[in-house]
Amino acid sequence: MPESILRANQLGISFGGLKAVRNFEIDIKEGELVGLIGPNGAGKTTVFNLFTGVYKPTEGKFYLGKQLMNGKKTHEIVAAGIARTFQNIRLFKHMTVMENVLIAFTKDMKYNLTSAVFRTAAFAREEEEIREKALDLLSVFHLEDKADWNAGNLPYGQQRKLEIARALATSAKMLLLDEPAAGMNPTETAELLDCINTIRRKFNISILLIEHDMSLVMNVCERIIVIDYGEIIAQGLPEEISHNPKVIAAYLGE
Amino acid sequence: MLTKKNRAPRLWVTLIGICGLALLIYAADTFGLMDNYIRGIFIQCCFAIIMVTSLNLVMGYLGQIALGHAGFMAVGAYTSALVTKAIGLGIKAGTIAAIPPLAQFFIGMLCGALAAALFGLIVGIPALRLRGDYLAIITLGFGEIIRVIIQNLPFAGGKGLSSGQAGQALIGIMKMNDIYVIFLVTVVCVGVMLAFVRSKFGRAIIAIREDDIASSCAGLNTTYYKVLTFTVSAFFAGIAGAIYAHRGLGTLQHTDFTFMKSTEYVIMVVLGGMGSMTGSVLTAILLSVIPEALRAFSQYRMLIYSVILVLMMIFRPIGLFGNYEFSLYQTLMKRIRKKKVQPDQTATKGDT
Repeated sequence: MPESILRANQLGISFGGLKAVRNFEIDIKEGELVGLIGPNGAGKTTVFNLFTGVYKPTEGKFYLGKQLMNGKKTHEIVAAGIARTFQNIRLFKHMTVMENVLIAFTKDMKYNLTSAVFRTAAFAREEEEIREKALDLLSVFHLEDKADWNAGNLPYGQQRKLEIARALATSAKMLLLDEPAAGMNPTETAELLDCINTIRRKFNISILLIEHDMSLVMNVCERIIVIDYGEIIAQGLPEEISHNPKVIAAYLGE
Repeated sequence: MLTKKNRAPRLWVTLIGICGLALLIYAADTFGLMDNYIRGIFIQCCFAIIMVTSLNLVMGYLGQIALGHAGFMAVGAYTSALVTKAIGLGIKAGTIAAIPPLAQFFIGMLCGALAAALFGLIVGIPALRLRGDYLAIITLGFGEIIRVIIQNLPFAGGKGLSSGQAGQALIGIMKMNDIYVIFLVTVVCVGVMLAFVRSKFGRAIIAIREDDIASSCAGLNTTYYKVLTFTVSAFFAGIAGAIYAHRGLGTLQHTDFTFMKSTEYVIMVVLGGMGSMTGSVLTAILLSVIPEALRAFSQYRMLIYSVILVLMMIFRPIGLFGNYEFSLYQTLMKRIRKKKVQPDQTATKGDT
């Protein structure tokens, strides 16, 4: 039995009287790829915001490995090993592709203010090292020759990839992808599929994926969780989900 | 990009450039171009440069509007002045061993800078929870609070917080207007700030400016970097204040550090380009020299500033320099490459 990476227990959040998410249960094992689907406004992104500390859960608990993550700040959660991408791409648009990745390495860099000011050998070595690491990572996504580009000038599909690269640079164990295929054409989606398979192979990372593109979800996910009105209405294997009457009702109406 | 290969020559070219500037000043001095008036303007340029570049850290790189920078300058000015006065009195009374005025000044300056940094930290921790307009208002408030407290402190020339009367000026401050020392201090300050910006710290604060949420999701402790930048910025404002206090008049008045003063520096940052140290340095010099040259129109100064600002926002909203940085090394390299018949293949593309 592989170890569980991300586990949520009765997780929920209310905004005033509105229960946006309730009784959310999940248990993602090492290396697993789980899909999270549901109609618009079902609370999928809210779940992501809970897991990354953007919102604080009002009920329940969630764990990374055995570590309780409730109430931790976003950067602490990232340091523990959960990274994410965003539905509407949030790159540092006026920084270079390289710098976007370097930012995610910052938390592991050790030199202090004094060595930065005096440009010590330790400073130069570390800067050099992380640049090499960043180039390595970028080459996985075939972005290495665009390292000097401004991130905002990349084509859409590559911006998505860069965002994933940045998330991976935090050396996360758990990756949350929020609609990575949104707005992509079929070719780009196919590339993304490739890309997701590559990172699973290379980084042995667990992924939780929000997606509306059913062909992608059915293709890559090992398990799928469906939520509607903030509650889980179904979960199981892709083929089970696609025939589940509750899911069809939620998507198409009664 | 910063690589081992071009780090050393870049440093040397910069050092030679600075020496060249120093030589120019020396030449002007020996040929008698530097009378007391010009010296005064020179020093004014220097502390303006430090003020504007340090404010640029917060406004340009971190992207937060701060309207209380003169408050930190005041802390630095008064602290350093009180320290050098105390040392002076101590030496006179024989309780402290006699040390040269230069050392006295540097001790005062360091104390002033540290005090200002401490205030930056104290103000920054609560204030940086806010952003945008709210931060602007709260920094404005803090700047004024600092000034009003100083105005009333008995040992800073005031009459005590309970008397409710306006204070006097702090007088009898030592003079430290050696242009070479001030020049050196300015160069070091700007150099340190550039080094700060071109490290993981600078990268982090630019990322926070670009996208706060994405930065924290990339693992940055955004509060830490914000407060750090604010503190560093206040530290240098303190140094500028120390230079200001010892510029040679011997007096300090709380009215030197009003909200208008902060606004002036904000204007300089915006004009020079938020995120360009080059722009900050040049506008600091320009806007310190031009008002002197146009003394006759001095009452219209703020009016002219606002017209310039409005025009700037319409025609060039990124400021004179945007985020361009001048690099002597690269300018020279470009020249050299142009002269060669075969273009050099090892072209470096730059972080500057």
